[in-house]
Amino acid sequence: MIETFDLIILSVIVLASILVAVRGLLGPTASDRIVALDSLTTITTAALVILGLYFDRYIYIDVALIYAVLGFIGVLTLGRYMEGGL
Amino acid sequence: MILSYIGYFFVSVGVLFLFLGALGIVRMPDVYTRLQAGTKATTLGALGTIIGVGLIQPEWFWKTLIIAIFIAISNPISSHALARGSYKSGIKPFLKDEDGIDTYANVKEEEVDR
Repeated sequence: MIETFDLIILSVIVLASILVAVRGLLGPTASDRIVALDSLTTITTAALVILGLYFDRYIYIDVALIYAVLGFIGVLTLGRYMEGGL
Repeated sequence: MILSYIGYFFVSVGVLFLFLGALGIVRMPDVYTRLQAGTKATTLGALGTIIGVGLIQPEWFWKTLIIAIFIAISNPISSHALARGSYKSGIKPFLKDEDGIDTYANVKEEEVDR
């Protein structure tokens, strides 16, 4: 029962990632693509924590923490670059 | 055991909000509305998912709490920077009729600190 539940949760996360990637592919401006990248960073952090629970590996939590920090810095740098300041 | 069921409930609600945020990113008409849907709903979804995993595995709770606090702090900052940057790069907000008000256009350029 629990395995089916985990499979449903992972399927919904993959479906959300595909939807965000569609917006990143056909977004009209560069801002749409950066917004899609920002949301994809947050979804990937949650997906890494879920995968750490699913595979029972504690190291995935650390990977998720470092991924959240690096994605935050990258999106902030892209926002400042779009503003023209940097 | 009851803590595990509460954790699975949190994970379910979080994953539902992640999916709704992704749906909002696809269907919204504008950069700013997409930013709101994709940042608020995704923040709540990630918080629910990560806290839920920390409740399912209680010895992982403190590190998942650190990730949740970091996401709750950093996600509004990045969305604010993205909205400000996309406004400064010349993208107009989506206005349905002529009565829509663009409030940020009335701010003088000297008052905006860089």
